Amino acid sequence: MHSESQIREPLILGHKTYAQITDDIIRPVEGKANKYWYILFTIACLTFLWGLGCLSYTVGVGIGVWGSNNGVDWAWDITNFVWWIGIGHAGTLISAVLLLFRQKWRLGINRSAEAMTIFAVMCAAIFVLFHTGRVWLDYMLFPLPNQFGSLWPNFNSPLLWDVFAVSTYFTISCVFWYIGLIPDFGTIRDRAINPMVKKAYNLLAFGWGGSARHWSRFEEVSLVLAGLSTPLVFSVHSIVSFDFATSILPGWHTTIFPPYFVSGAVFSGFAMVLTLMLIVRKVYNLQAYITVKHVEYMNIVIIVTGSIVGVAYLTELFISWYGGVEFEQYAFLNRATGPYWWAYAAMMTCNVVSPQLFWFKKIRTSLVATFILSIVVNIGMWFERFVIIVPTLCRTFLPSTWNMYHPTFVDIGIFTGTIGMFFTFFLLFSRFFPVIAQAELKTILKISGESQKKEVAEHAHEPAPTHAH
Amino acid sequence: MAATISKQIIHGIYDDEVPLLEACKKLKSAGIKIKDVFTPFPIHGIDPIIGVPRTRLAICAFIYGLTGLGLATLMMWYMMVSDWPTDVGGKPNWAYYFNIPAFIPISFESTVFCAGHGMALTYLLRCMLVPGARAKNPDPRTTNDKFMIYLELNDEQAHKAEALLREAGASEINHKGTITEKLPY
Repeated sequence: MHSESQIREPLILGHKTYAQITDDIIRPVEGKANKYWYILFTIACLTFLWGLGCLSYTVGVGIGVWGSNNGVDWAWDITNFVWWIGIGHAGTLISAVLLLFRQKWRLGINRSAEAMTIFAVMCAAIFVLFHTGRVWLDYMLFPLPNQFGSLWPNFNSPLLWDVFAVSTYFTISCVFWYIGLIPDFGTIRDRAINPMVKKAYNLLAFGWGGSARHWSRFEEVSLVLAGLSTPLVFSVHSIVSFDFATSILPGWHTTIFPPYFVSGAVFSGFAMVLTLMLIVRKVYNLQAYITVKHVEYMNIVIIVTGSIVGVAYLTELFISWYGGVEFEQYAFLNRATGPYWWAYAAMMTCNVVSPQLFWFKKIRTSLVATFILSIVVNIGMWFERFVIIVPTLCRTFLPSTWNMYHPTFVDIGIFTGTIGMFFTFFLLFSRFFPVIAQAELKTILKISGESQKKEVAEHAHEPAPTHAH
Repeated sequence: MAATISKQIIHGIYDDEVPLLEACKKLKSAGIKIKDVFTPFPIHGIDPIIGVPRTRLAICAFIYGLTGLGLATLMMWYMMVSDWPTDVGGKPNWAYYFNIPAFIPISFESTVFCAGHGMALTYLLRCMLVPGARAKNPDPRTTNDKFMIYLELNDEQAHKAEALLREAGASEINHKGTITEKLPY
């Protein structure tokens, strides 16, 4: 067993044993939900229902009930799609990239972050599936033998790449998440007293027993899936950015889009993870496992990715001026000073200025400040997508097509509905699934546990055994 | 009648992974075969001691990935070049290599899709992890905080093993009856 430097802060606080870790993490699943859970769940469900109503209205009447119009033919739908997909990216980043880099702090947060990924991609999928107008014909997105003619989908189109990228991303994330959950379901099954509960978790646990051979394979699968998911997550948001970057519209036709979208995605995703984790640790009493240090690490990722996003904004502005193309120059001037200047200002403040506050240790270790700033960042990232899409489309080449975009109640309803759906699913997840990967967390107890670290430190002060030469 | 041999089932239970590893080493040097080890979390470095060979799942994943790459290439070649060479923006696909940059994203996605899902399925089936399967751990406490060495030994070896298990600090040693095994001859 290797021990870790004493300078590194412990990741599991207090004196915990293996049994205590199991108790602390599984107890919320076994116990009854408290009043707050029911209140939140009711609000989330009602919002979700309102969104479903707005979706049904869209399907019944048609896309015309949205605010999208002849000029601005992509608006809230794609803004929300990119926003949700971006949020999802943090989950994969935490569980895959941090696994490859052997970051032990990922173990406190990876399970919930992966759940967040899956629910966020589901929310994103709603927008792309319904924005086609005739949702019942969406199967035509896939390369199926086409009975309406002999045409195939166009493999040169980034929109088709998106179909493949998002569906691969969603299914691989689900598999990665579930394989990690199997050992924890085994633990719940073995502790369950109620026979019905035992049966249910037995079904979910797939017969897991924790044999050494199975653990060896488990670790190999996790490692290879992490290796596959890492380029996957970069490819998904790069392809999402290709939806814009491969067009010839000024303001969209830029080569900086893929890296800028990917870092923006990680930026907003970490903000959402923070929003959720700060609630989860409080509600389920997991302060010993999701510590202030975890929050600080995530805030550091936010500074880095937020600064990349800030540099990208400025680079875009510089290149549009330096490139000398009037159309390009106008597109950016219009974003900053045109009819939607307030959206641009909101984006700049929330995304470029606010994350810089995390340079102060006091702010990045303050839970209240982090919670507020994490929401600010998500608002900012929503505006970023809005700024890219709407102001660009409302001022294209032909001035006769110039017009404004106003969302209708249906647009707003579907968006709030997806937020409701996201929280409905997340609350159900946190109620019935272990929110921390407890089996894997136990592997770092002896290295990063607070009292275990102290013990090592005390032994270090003992006189070293003398060696005879 | 086939010759049979009767073996004792022994569960050596430990409260921590350090004495468990110690016991495994002792058993190994005494030449006693460890049937399996059940632990609440993966114990690094245990595989060579108890004789678990390195898994070949990563090789499977590589092969599945190549299959995915091949399938995607075949699909796009058939649909875009062979069956109906669509002329998009004056850029017809008369040959696959004409337009290869546009085919890279889907080739990559399909590689990852097949490698990931193929490997996950192989893993589940290789471990016989299927919905509703019976729990594979003989003692339910091993998914919480107990570590178990599972042995199936004849009477003479069982005696020796028990002493070694105890010497390494077993918190419990449970005898779970005997099984009868057919000998290969």
